[in-house]
Amino acid sequence: MLRETLFNRLPRSAYLWIGIIALILMPWVVGASGGNYWVRVLDFALLYIVLALGLNVVVGFAGLLDLGYIAFYALGAYSFALLASPHLPQQFETIAAAFPEGMHFSPWIVAVFSIILAALFGIILGFPTLQLRGDYLAIVTLGFGEIIRIFMNNLDRPFNLTNGPKGITAIDPIQLFGISFAKPLDLGFIQIPGLYLVFYLFLLLAISVAIVCLHLQDSRIGRAWIAIREDEIAAKAMGINTRNMKLLAFAIGASFAGVAGVLFSAFQGFVSPESFTLWESIVVLAMVVLGGIGHIPGVILGAVLLAIFPEVLRGIAQPLQQALFGHVIIDVEVIRQLIYGLALILIMLYRPGGIWQKGGNNS
Amino acid sequence: MDIFLQQIINGLVLGSIYALIALGYTMVYGVLGIINFAHGEVLMIGAMVSLSLLRLILGFTSDLPGWLTLLIVLPITMAVCAGLSYWIERIAYRPLRNAPRLAPLISAIGMSILLQTIAMMIWSRNPMTYPQLLPSIPIDVWGSGATITGKEIVIIVVALAVMCGLLFLVEKTKLGRAMRATAENTQIAALMGVNPNRVISITFMLGGALAALAGIMIASNYGNVHFYMGFIPGLKAFTAAVLGGIGNLKGAMLGGLLLGLIESLGAGYIGDLTGGVFGSNYQDIFAFLVLILVLVIRPTGLLGERVSDRA
Repeated sequence: MLRETLFNRLPRSAYLWIGIIALILMPWVVGASGGNYWVRVLDFALLYIVLALGLNVVVGFAGLLDLGYIAFYALGAYSFALLASPHLPQQFETIAAAFPEGMHFSPWIVAVFSIILAALFGIILGFPTLQLRGDYLAIVTLGFGEIIRIFMNNLDRPFNLTNGPKGITAIDPIQLFGISFAKPLDLGFIQIPGLYLVFYLFLLLAISVAIVCLHLQDSRIGRAWIAIREDEIAAKAMGINTRNMKLLAFAIGASFAGVAGVLFSAFQGFVSPESFTLWESIVVLAMVVLGGIGHIPGVILGAVLLAIFPEVLRGIAQPLQQALFGHVIIDVEVIRQLIYGLALILIMLYRPGGIWQKGGNNS
Repeated sequence: MDIFLQQIINGLVLGSIYALIALGYTMVYGVLGIINFAHGEVLMIGAMVSLSLLRLILGFTSDLPGWLTLLIVLPITMAVCAGLSYWIERIAYRPLRNAPRLAPLISAIGMSILLQTIAMMIWSRNPMTYPQLLPSIPIDVWGSGATITGKEIVIIVVALAVMCGLLFLVEKTKLGRAMRATAENTQIAALMGVNPNRVISITFMLGGALAALAGIMIASNYGNVHFYMGFIPGLKAFTAAVLGGIGNLKGAMLGGLLLGLIESLGAGYIGDLTGGVFGSNYQDIFAFLVLILVLVIRPTGLLGERVSDRA
């Protein structure tokens, strides 16, 4: 009773403010109770939200299955790694001569660059396949993800571009208006640790991407996508240029991943092909599917759940097995894969809308 | 010249394996109109099961000749994989036959991950060596310097024989007619007294058995097995199926052989052609390039007649 009256009395804006304050306090609360490790987990969860929202544009809105999504993430990450680390000047004398103070491109410039790059690659990949059935796109993107990984792994010879499986290190940290996100920010009365700053930055990014997605969904474009997803022939008959619309969805999804990749490599300070395997694409897909295909709040929920889940699993499954059997029988990583695989099948069979599906008469 | 001949031989070996896998994709596509994403994993499970059986037999006795041991292992493995394929269809595809297009694709991916993980748990996370039971002494071909092993000859011959058998089954038998009718139009086939569910199940089982055979071939050819080994051959065999015209059996065979040849010739000459910039570690890229080119230039494939963009 009390709850009901309290909830009724509060205006809508109050919820908004409570939400904002909770999000601002979140890293402090988590940091105080769980330490920096968990703040890092939160930071990555936010990046995953951006990735999942991007994939949702492709899979959820336009109904196209993209299995190489992580390749676009890799494009962004490697773009920044190459343009803001000592790697290229060390390898090529001409570059060293052109940048006597080392290569330190701003992440923001590289972000714009990788939006264009990722979108371009999306269009190149999508062009031959999008006129055909969706299944072809799935396979082509699967292959593309694998190709990008082969290039990352092998382009250390004959000239060392990607440094092979060892990856690229010493990447510049994120900087914004002269503030470095690698060290604490001193505001006089309070010191904000770098990890917390990253949290706020990623939060802003995730919120902006979510807003962009919401607007896209309700726009002419979003309605066209949904029409294509539901019935392509009918959509075509209604005068929608299905090929261009699908290309657009593909390019927009790719560009979100590109931006996320830039921030990932700046945050991590290190990239290697290991971070961009097919498994990562599957994880992002699982986030979208689990949360609710095509439903933005659901996708966000899915991303948060699956980003935190392995950490929780690590905290529970390992000690539990130790206590029960005296040693670890099944590796946590294996349990995780098992659960993801099962979840993808079970959700498709029993709850195709995901755990937080759209209300109303939406199919 | 001997390099050329050698690459042709390697290509034929690879190609006949791809063709076997591609047949599985193409048959399923023919009757259901979907791509079976878990097909590569059936191959992997086949290789794993055969490894366990071989270890079991070799544990009892090592007196049996290699070919006899394989002859015992082969039918059991093929039966196991046919069963596995049957259950994949029952669990991941059949309940979703009338669902949106995306649903079976996603459930198949889940199935694929599940199978990989189960293989990882039962067998090993690490590559395991596969016993060599067939003669692998290189035989000189016509004194040209190119060599072929007894194992490779067996792979090519068995693959060709199995493919001929399958063609006979599909073209000449009653079951084959039912399959072709289902592929043409499921509803009308049902009206003519064909039980589509049964045909679809049998198709999946046939594909699974062929994948098991291909898995054993890959394992003996490379000498090791790995829980991840189904992925790349699966991707390439799909390319082969598209190259030949998906849904078309002869196309899958032709596409498989062609892709094998393209790949091994490409890998053999890429170093020379690019002045040493790219080496044979880029071998896997050829299949992808072929796939993209086919989709751009002739999406119906070499022998495909059906339009591939029906919604």
